Amino acid sequence: MKELEYPFDADYIVKKARRLRKELLADGTQRIEKRIAVLGGATTHDVVRVLELFLLHHGIAPVFYESEYNRFREDALFPEEEFASFQPDVIYLHTCLQNIREWPLLSDDAGTVQGKLDAVTSEYVRIWEALKEKHHCAVIQDNFVLPSYRLLGNRDASDVHGRVNFVDRLNAFFAEYAATHEGFYLQDVRYIAACYGQDAWCDPSAWYLYKYAQALSAVPYLAHNLANMIKSVFGKNKKALVLDLDNTLWGGVVGDDGKEGIEIGEETATAEAYTAFQRYIKAQKDIGIVLNVASKNTEDNARAGLTHPDSVLAPEDFLYLQANWDPKSDNVMQIAKGMNIGTDAIVFVDDNPAEREIVTANVPGVAAPALTTPEHYIRDIDRAGYFEVTNLSEDDRKRVQMYRENAERMKLEESFTDYHAYLLSLEMQAEIAPFAPVYYERISQLTNKSNQYNLTTKRFTVEEIKAAAEDPACITLYGRLKDKFGDNGVVALLIARVDSASAAGQSAASGQETGIAEQSAASGGEAGVAEKDVVSGGETDAAGQGGPTAEEGVVAHIELFLMSCRVLKRDMEVAMMDALYEQCRARGIKTMYGTYIPTAKNGMVADFYKLRGFTQVESETATGSAATAAAGDEKDAAGNGGTDAAAGATATAAGSTDAPGTTRWRYDIPADWQPQCDVIEIAGAL
Amino acid sequence: MTREEILAKATEIFRDVFDDDSIELTEETTAADIEDWDSLMHITLINEIEEAFGYKFGMKEVLGMKNVGEMCDILEKNT
Repeated sequence: MKELEYPFDADYIVKKARRLRKELLADGTQRIEKRIAVLGGATTHDVVRVLELFLLHHGIAPVFYESEYNRFREDALFPEEEFASFQPDVIYLHTCLQNIREWPLLSDDAGTVQGKLDAVTSEYVRIWEALKEKHHCAVIQDNFVLPSYRLLGNRDASDVHGRVNFVDRLNAFFAEYAATHEGFYLQDVRYIAACYGQDAWCDPSAWYLYKYAQALSAVPYLAHNLANMIKSVFGKNKKALVLDLDNTLWGGVVGDDGKEGIEIGEETATAEAYTAFQRYIKAQKDIGIVLNVASKNTEDNARAGLTHPDSVLAPEDFLYLQANWDPKSDNVMQIAKGMNIGTDAIVFVDDNPAEREIVTANVPGVAAPALTTPEHYIRDIDRAGYFEVTNLSEDDRKRVQMYRENAERMKLEESFTDYHAYLLSLEMQAEIAPFAPVYYERISQLTNKSNQYNLTTKRFTVEEIKAAAEDPACITLYGRLKDKFGDNGVVALLIARVDSASAAGQSAASGQETGIAEQSAASGGEAGVAEKDVVSGGETDAAGQGGPTAEEGVVAHIELFLMSCRVLKRDMEVAMMDALYEQCRARGIKTMYGTYIPTAKNGMVADFYKLRGFTQVESETATGSAATAAAGDEKDAAGNGGTDAAAGATATAAGSTDAPGTTRWRYDIPADWQPQCDVIEIAGAL
Repeated sequence: MTREEILAKATEIFRDVFDDDSIELTEETTAADIEDWDSLMHITLINEIEEAFGYKFGMKEVLGMKNVGEMCDILEKNT
């Protein structure tokens, strides 16, 4: 929604919040449901109201829990039933300076001040640990804005008695905690308040009258920033830039002014501004953003500009360099298709408002920030928060290289007529092993991003992945695939829940203990990995079969099986199932159950279990469970240009019945079972 | 700005905030007359009135207003 794109009119948003909400809810977008608990040391009402708008804009339909004013401590440490059973996907702690109870006094010695600092930090640590312990979900904590007065003047910053000094040390402690604790994120309110203007942000009457930590007009900035973090946690960041060249990456028109005539380098103020912008764009590669060009130029001219001696960016920095005279919307669509990502994962950067208009009008979901003047380009893009980095995995850093290798594989494939021979020629090696801590972030990311090759479309936070990995009743496997062109990283995941024979005679609810996510237990759905997207309808297990029968002994239910589309048709799924069967045999499991929950996006795996030799079983108890999880992110990782968004809308229904077409499958592992995959060598650690 | 103009402009803001075009403000209108006008919506209203009229109410003024008419008094005096 245009009104919510940065730079926005904050007062308009506050004023029109109701109308905007209505319009967002009626726009037919398919959204993932997320449960968000907001615990406040200040009033949170308008924060929640405006946050909802930004989240809806990002394709997230929030369900909120709001603490009473200044009850964040009690809710964390001694929760009442309503919060205890809320099952949040993310908890946001909106606390502020006014919550600090004891400040340094001039009469304190250094030790006393340290004691006061420790009192604050230890209380917060207790709160964070309690929340993590009870809720296993992402926690977002505000840091502190600077105090509004300085008793000691400038010395307030350097003297231990100064409030500025005290707040700086608190913020440093919070930052250190965030840097060393997975699933804990610091919202840098201090930064956005500084950008907004500290004095305007800290409106004293907003506090005295209403107990708001910031002026009401500042709330959209807070909510915008917070929504960016939340969308990032749930894998909804943008992934690629498509950049114009003339007057965007350099000053002037290379076709008219010639290579020597464009403004780039350090010679003039304008050239410096463009150079700084190029450096900023180049740095995006380090966080895994893929750079592309869409320019109305001949390819020779485009390359001439990018090989200018002062150009920071070179042709090799781009995955797709589209220099032609086609409409830019066509070029953007082609780039999305080539990268196999949704068009809503693209940010289109062009100084020309007419081009931006054409692209936004014809490419669903694309972002096209309004560029102002070259010296402000960086800010125009940066403040929008498209690429908000909450977790930085090794794979993010390597992503650009991977897209490049994929392009080379496509070339090689075209040279083979026999597909099996092509697969062998790739010299593939895989590392398949139980979830390891080093991959938790990547694994969580994958569960949130993968829509197409995904049997159940269940989403997991890092915390839930960790819980699954540590649960002895879960078989977890990740697959990392390498070939002669390079390393694809972790591309396949599965989680299977072991249903032991001892549980057979009991009601299905006993499975709670073996559930991966503790939250699922409270909902009565023992679906183990029970996703909280799900309106847990109370269906009891993934196979819809209750506990195993005595003859079956121990069985395993495949609750998650997904693969990144970057390794489609490489037989990686076969290697993953091989590894699963081996794990099953080691545990004495002879029978597997699998579920396919159809969504608007995952039609490609409708026959997955059939192809793997499973037989379909009756699903007379097929209700509830992960049905609504299936809604999935529209237009995410796997492309389709968002054309299926409308079709997907119907699948959003938040009911507790299965998505129509859910199928359940069974496989009995034969005694003489042999591995099926013959094109991938299973290696140890790659 | 005349009293009528102030009232008309305030009416527009109330309609926006409550997303309800049927609202008609009078001098005597109070929170009891508009269904969703609770303490939280009150904050939004005050903020939007301040933005639209370019006047920031003092805390005492916010606390003292008894009805729309009294709010208009303050705006009439100061804008």
